[in-house]
Amino acid sequence: MTSPLLEFRKVSKIYGKGEAEVRALDNVDLQIRQGEFVAVMGPSGSGKSTTMNILGCLDTPTKGKYLFSGLDVSDLTRNQRALLRRHYIGFVFQGFNLLKRTTALENTALPLVYRGTPSAERRERAMQALTLVGLADRWDHTSSELSGGQQQRVAIARALVSDPAVVFADEPTGNLDTSRSHEIMTLLTKLNADRGITICLVTHEEEIAAYAKRQVRFRDGRIASDTNGTSRGGK
Amino acid sequence: MLLTTLHLAWRELRANLMRSILTTLGIIVGVAAVVMVVTLGQGVTQQITSDIASLGRNILFVFPAVQQRSGPPVQVQPFRAADVRAIERQISGLNGVSPEASRANTALYGNKKWDTQVSGATNSFFPVREWPIAQGRQFTAGEISGGRAVCILGRTPLRELFGRQRALGAEIRVANFSCTVIGVLSAKGQSTFGQDQDDLILMPLETVQRRIIGNINIPNIVISVRTAELVPKAQKDITKLLRERRNIREGENDNFTIRDVASIASLVASTTAILTAGLSGVAAISLLVGGIGIMNIMLVSVTERTREIGIRLAIGALERDVLWQFLIEAVLLSCLGGVIGAVLGLVGSWLLTIPLGVPFVLSPWVVVVSFGFSAAIGIIFGFFPARRAARLDPIEALRYE
Repeated sequence: MTSPLLEFRKVSKIYGKGEAEVRALDNVDLQIRQGEFVAVMGPSGSGKSTTMNILGCLDTPTKGKYLFSGLDVSDLTRNQRALLRRHYIGFVFQGFNLLKRTTALENTALPLVYRGTPSAERRERAMQALTLVGLADRWDHTSSELSGGQQQRVAIARALVSDPAVVFADEPTGNLDTSRSHEIMTLLTKLNADRGITICLVTHEEEIAAYAKRQVRFRDGRIASDTNGTSRGGK
Repeated sequence: MLLTTLHLAWRELRANLMRSILTTLGIIVGVAAVVMVVTLGQGVTQQITSDIASLGRNILFVFPAVQQRSGPPVQVQPFRAADVRAIERQISGLNGVSPEASRANTALYGNKKWDTQVSGATNSFFPVREWPIAQGRQFTAGEISGGRAVCILGRTPLRELFGRQRALGAEIRVANFSCTVIGVLSAKGQSTFGQDQDDLILMPLETVQRRIIGNINIPNIVISVRTAELVPKAQKDITKLLRERRNIREGENDNFTIRDVASIASLVASTTAILTAGLSGVAAISLLVGGIGIMNIMLVSVTERTREIGIRLAIGALERDVLWQFLIEAVLLSCLGGVIGAVLGLVGSWLLTIPLGVPFVLSPWVVVVSFGFSAAIGIIFGFFPARRAARLDPIEALRYE
C-alpha cells in the first residue's frame, strides 16, 4: 500500500460563528491515491464544492488535517499554497475561465509563465498540450473565436501543460451539450488511463460521474457513500 | 517574466485604448505644464543673468550715498577725484576704476535734435564696462586733464543725429558748447529692464563736471575686479579704505554703498527660481489629479478583471505576481503620459520662446525629473488597486460574474 496522494483527516469546514454557524464539512475522512479517477457528487450545499476547494489548496480546513502527498496544507500560507498549485495542481472549471483576447496557445502556456519557464519552451510545451486535446490547428484563435467544447479543451490543455500530479475538474461539462460533454469526458478518461494523471471531478450528473472509477457522494457535509463503481457509462 | 508582464500590460492598455488615452491625459497635461513652466523659467533666468553679465564681469558699483528704507538715497559727502586715485593705488586685484558722472541733456546737429544721457568718464570706462570703441579713438590724456570738448557717441544718438552721414570729426552742440565727435561706441543693445543702453554720449569726466553739472563731484564709481574670487575681498578693502577717508568711526554705518553685479544677478535669478517653483507647483497639482484618475481606472480594471485574477491565482500566481502585473500596468500608463507630456511641454515651450524672445534652454534634468515623477505617480496611485487585486480570494474571484 502506497501512502495516499490526497488525504483528509477529520476535516471540518465551518462558516460563520455562533448561531449562524454552518458546517459545510463535518469530520470528513477521505483518501485519494495516485492515478485514481474520482467523481465527487452530491446536491448543492452538500459540501462537494468545499471539498474541491480544500483538495485544490484554494481553501484550508477549519478543523482537521489535509495532507497533500504527506504535506500538511492546513499550516501553509496563501503564497505557499499558490506555489503548491503552481507545481502540482491543474484546474478545469465549469465556465472554462480562459483569458479574453488571448490565444489558445497563450492561455495554455499561462501556468508555465508563473513557473518561469523560458518562452521558447513555453510555446513548445503548450503546443504539445494542445495537440493532446486535439486543438493544435487552433493555437492562434482567441477564446471568443472558439466554441464552448473547444474552450474547455484549451482549459484542459492549460491544466495539463505543467505536468501536474492531480487535475481538479469542477463541473467541466456543466456548460456543454451532451455530445460535447462526452467528448470532454472521453478525453479526461484517456488522460487518466494513458498518462496516469490523478483526476478529481465534481459533478451532479450520474452519467458524467460514471466515467470515473470511483464515486464519492456527499450529503449534509458528510460522505454518504464511496463506491468503486468501474462501470462505464456512455460510450 | 518582466517582459511578459510588460507585453501583457501593453495589450491590456491597447484593448481599452480610449479609456487609456483619457486616463493618461491628466498626466500628459500635468507633465507638459511642469516642463513648460520650468523650461521657460530657465530661459528667462538665463537671459537675465546674461544681460546682467553684459554690464561687465566682476563689477562693483560704488555710490556716495545710502539707500534709506523709504525716500531718495541720502548723500552725505560726495566722492572726489582723490577717492578714485586712492582706490586705484591702494586696492589690489583690480582691472580698472571708472569714475562716472551723468546728466540728461539735448544734443543738436544741423536741424536734428536728440535728448540723451551725457556721461563723463575716463578711458577706464572702456575696459571696465567691457564696451569697446567701434570707430575713431579713445580720449587723449590731454583731453581728459584739460576737460576738452570732445565726445564719443553711442549708437542711438549716432543714428538719430547723423543717420547715414559721417559722424567722426563733426561738431555737435551739447548744452551750451560745441563738441567734436572723435569716436563711436560699439552697440550694446537693450538691458533686461528694457532700457536702451546705447542711448548715451561719452565725454571726458572733467568736461561734464565743469561745463554741464557745475561741480567736481563723482556720483558713481565703477570698479572691475580681476576674478570673481577676488570680489568679496576687494569689496571689503574698498569699504575699509572709504570709511577711513570719510572719517567714519567704529560702530557708525557706512555713508556710501557698494553693490556687486553678481549679487544683483543672483537676486534676480533666485526671484525667477522662486516664481518657477511656485508655478510648477501649481502645475504639479494637475499631476496629482492625473494620478487619482489612474487610481480610479485601475480600480475599475481590477473589478472588471476579477475572474482573470482568480484564474491567475488558482493556477499558481503569487500575490506578488498579481501585484506586479497591475502595478506595471499603472506605471506604464503614467510613464507613457510622462513621455508624451514631456515632448508636448518641450515643443510648447520652444514655440513660446519665439514670441517671448527668451532663449530655449533644454535641460535634460527637467525631462528626467518629470519622467521620474510620473513613474512615481504610477507607483503610488497604482499600488492600492494592485494590492487589492493581489489580495483577492481566488475562490470568490472565480465565482465573480
